[in-house]
Amino acid sequence: MPRLDIVDLKAAYGSLTVLDGITVSVGSGKVLGLIGPSGSGKSTILRVLVGLLKPAAGRVLLDDVEVRYSNAGDVKRVRDQLAIVFQQYNLFQNMNVLDNVTIAPVKIRGRSRGEVEQDARELLAKVGLADKLKSYPDELSGGQQQRVAIARALALKPEILLLDEITAALDPELVSEVLDTIRVLATEGMTMLIVSHEMGFIREVSSKVAFMADGKVVEMGAPAQIFDAPSEERTRDFVSKILRH
Amino acid sequence: MLDRLIEEAPQFFSYYNVIFLGKAMLATIGLSAVGCLTGIIAGLALALVRLPTGVLWWPAKVIAVFFTELFRRIPFLVTLMLIFFAFQLTGFDLSLFVVACIAVFLIATAFLSEIIRAGFEAVHRNQWDAAAAMNFSLLETVRYVVLPQAWRIILPPAFGFFVLFIKDTALASQIGVVELTYAGRVLNNKGFSAALVFGTMLVLYFAISYPLARLGVRLEARLAKARHR
Repeated sequence: MPRLDIVDLKAAYGSLTVLDGITVSVGSGKVLGLIGPSGSGKSTILRVLVGLLKPAAGRVLLDDVEVRYSNAGDVKRVRDQLAIVFQQYNLFQNMNVLDNVTIAPVKIRGRSRGEVEQDARELLAKVGLADKLKSYPDELSGGQQQRVAIARALALKPEILLLDEITAALDPELVSEVLDTIRVLATEGMTMLIVSHEMGFIREVSSKVAFMADGKVVEMGAPAQIFDAPSEERTRDFVSKILRH
Repeated sequence: MLDRLIEEAPQFFSYYNVIFLGKAMLATIGLSAVGCLTGIIAGLALALVRLPTGVLWWPAKVIAVFFTELFRRIPFLVTLMLIFFAFQLTGFDLSLFVVACIAVFLIATAFLSEIIRAGFEAVHRNQWDAAAAMNFSLLETVRYVVLPQAWRIILPPAFGFFVLFIKDTALASQIGVVELTYAGRVLNNKGFSAALVFGTMLVLYFAISYPLARLGVRLEARLAKARHR
């Protein structure tokens, strides 16, 4: 059963400390929501987890086994078990929708093309894009591209799904179609780490919410606690500002 | 003047002269082809060497950067002379054509590696990130994701370089390689009028470079249809 523990994690871009001792965990079938002001390090946690940024200190345990990010084999293992969906979708521009979803399972994992295509068609149908298999990313709306990106991540059969502000680049009317897809995943018991500014959504799908500021977790607890009865001044400040509009 | 050309023409296009010109043209085509093809392959290799971030790659990267920056800055003629005299001093008995091929290879590699590297850099960072997060190795990322997108950026300057390069091979005449320009000078010295000789050169150079330029345009058009961004 997938379980992720992050213990006192630190990371920096050059001399700029972005994560200053983060300790959070997410259990099997749970959803951890990460909220906080821009620059608080939420997205950086996800980049560290998939090995796009080397941590400076701290430990990451996946299913109680430590991941050493300086070790290529460990990074490979963690990338096999976690899948990330990016804010800017990051679909491969030179491939159509079906190829975007199938390339990694087929070419990198070596699964049979027929089987993977079958999966991909089902996943794309699930995110409502069964009729766009041969379309290229630049022919799709942002919401459609993001749903392709979600299908692409799911085709990797990840144990844990990381979502990095997946609606931040979308037009407001396209946000709900993407969030609906995630709601379905949450009810199906997908373990997820979600970075988002969609507070209503975070509150609804999260088992636990962590409020971050300046590279630290300021407060963590059940959604009701964070949004209705925050104990920290900074959390209260943030939540009141966000909920006011 | 025109009647003089017409009068000279039958003699100029004699059997032996035509053979001579044909061989010279083949030498020019050969030099250009060697330069372009080895340049693409070695240039791609150099561009690839510069991608990894690991410490172990540092020596290879330094050599690649040094090579590229050096040979892009030395005039072709100087490279040619250096190679020529280097082989003379070390006593290797290589034909002039091979010496010229080596010089052509060095220059083409340096220029094309820079063109290819620029193509790699033009592909958005997020494409590399997405591939890395899905466990693509660097080579797999380049093969499946980056090169297919970079070709469109690489091709126009690469073909521009090829066409310039065909003309530059004329410098090989300076070390005695019998290519088109050298042949032209020989025929001119034999007493044929400059207008006839170099007019013919013009037509022959054009005949080599025009199809190449057309090929470039066609490839670009085909790749433009392939989607990007």
